[in-house]
Amino acid sequence: MTQTAMVPAPADTILSVNNIEVIYDHVILVLKGVSLNVPRGGITALLGANGAGKTTTLKAISNLLHAERGEVTKGNIQFEGEQVQSLSPNELVRRGCIQVMEGRHCFGHLSVEDNLLSGAYTRRDGNAAVRADLEMVYDYFPRLRVRRASQAGYTSGGEQQMTAIGRALMSRPKMILLDEPSMGLAPQLVEEIFEIVRKLNDEQGVSFLLAEQNTNIALRYAKYGYILESGRIVLDGEASALRENEDVKEFYLGVGGEGRRSFKDVKHYKRRKRWLA
Amino acid sequence: MEFIHPILIKPFADMVSAPDFLVQVLWEGIVSGVLYALIALGFVLIFKSSRILNFAQGIMVVFAALTLVGLYERGVPAWLALPLTLGVMLVLAIGIERVVLRPLVNQPDIILFMATIGITMFLIGLGETIFGGENKRMITEELGIPTGNFIFEPFGGFVSIEQKDLTAVIGAVVLVVVLLLFLNKSKMGRAIRALGDDHQAALSVGISLSTIWVLVWFIAGIIALATGIVWGARAGVSFALEVIALKALPVLMLGGLESVSGAIIGGLMIGILEKVFEIYWGQPLLGGSTESWFAYVLALLVLLARPQGLFGEKIIERV
Repeated sequence: MTQTAMVPAPADTILSVNNIEVIYDHVILVLKGVSLNVPRGGITALLGANGAGKTTTLKAISNLLHAERGEVTKGNIQFEGEQVQSLSPNELVRRGCIQVMEGRHCFGHLSVEDNLLSGAYTRRDGNAAVRADLEMVYDYFPRLRVRRASQAGYTSGGEQQMTAIGRALMSRPKMILLDEPSMGLAPQLVEEIFEIVRKLNDEQGVSFLLAEQNTNIALRYAKYGYILESGRIVLDGEASALRENEDVKEFYLGVGGEGRRSFKDVKHYKRRKRWLA
Repeated sequence: MEFIHPILIKPFADMVSAPDFLVQVLWEGIVSGVLYALIALGFVLIFKSSRILNFAQGIMVVFAALTLVGLYERGVPAWLALPLTLGVMLVLAIGIERVVLRPLVNQPDIILFMATIGITMFLIGLGETIFGGENKRMITEELGIPTGNFIFEPFGGFVSIEQKDLTAVIGAVVLVVVLLLFLNKSKMGRAIRALGDDHQAALSVGISLSTIWVLVWFIAGIIALATGIVWGARAGVSFALEVIALKALPVLMLGGLESVSGAIIGGLMIGILEKVFEIYWGQPLLGGSTESWFAYVLALLVLLARPQGLFGEKIIERV
């Protein structure tokens, strides 16, 4: 259980978030000093329950926060060694950091192909390169090739998630902030999506910061994990270590129970749940 | 059974007995329909990309026409006045984005609607201060628009088509085709449509709201200028032109607020139907001037049956 707050980021870190505080509407304090590092070429998981602040953390990084009247009031965010918390999403995408939002957010009335092409908005390297990347996305997601002409709003949830990830890929990102890819999908599809994430990580060298409620699957695919609770990182470590951690097992993986417990233990459980708070 | 005859039989008998006159009426309908469609198109583009019902579209028509004529009166040759006016519309678009839209981002729709009323008032004041409030003549000939008449004699009758009306219709068709190609085939067009679908997602893929808004308001400005030239050529350039923008409202109700094709078809339908109704039903039965209200009644009837308009986008929702 170490707070990484003030430790300088290692050299091969693509993204480092240093002790940020986020306030919505000038009054609602959502993040209370979150710090994390994502190594270049790694998959890092950000875990936690509903309302813990996962999405806010990702939006603080991609600066979509601004459109929701939120702002980073303390700390800083560095992408490839440069301060980025005052950059527009447009500039961030240009630099190679893109967010895939929770709940897919496809452009419903656009065809799947137009959705993918819209991801190339910030690129300046010409039509041929964009077309080549489109073929690459279709190779990763063969289903999208079949449905390329359908309106995205009429495709299935899994296809929409693939469209959203594919759309992000079209911007040639170095890093994808992936928010709850498992939401509302059948377990088999979730597995399929995570397999593709791993493949993209291996073959394209894209780094991932993965916000997930599904701790089990996230820790199987990620190398490192952070656990967020009410706006603070309460625990972090190698994914393999987190999987074996008693607290994580009990609270997030649901496998820690040693049979029935007495009322006394339940109270203990509640107390312990606060961790570092 | 007396009253059925003038309503159901006589108008059609008239149409058949004088087909040349019917053709003339239809043509007049098409010309005003094209204008309604153009104005509605300006509304639709802005509404699609920013969910703003742009009350200022009408005054933009007047302002564009006034600028064009005003520049010419000050000695700028017509061929130069046209691009200069386009430049003014671009500056206006940039100004509106900076001063009005950007600070009001994320505010409720009604506040943005009020802001466009503010823009209207501002443009009325600005236009009157710079160019004066009196009625002006559109510089039709100077822009190279032919003003003669074509006379046809179909069915042994007589149909007259003004060349400037024909130019207007052809110009409008070209404008619409170019616009549709731009929206559907170009990268910027795709970004405009994407923004209309999902603001947040558009932001997340790096689409810049400011750029798109300036672009959309500039396109609306171009459309306003085209409308201003055509309408000004028929009725002169004055602030009374603003009222025709209100005609776009029933067109929008009929066609649907988000639909480009709806604006075009809705505009043509209203233009043609109101003319035909006026000539064959309105004048003989109701004493005329039905054109001022017919479009609204038609739109109301459509709304009763299809609240999203004839061509409005279906809301796609998965459950």
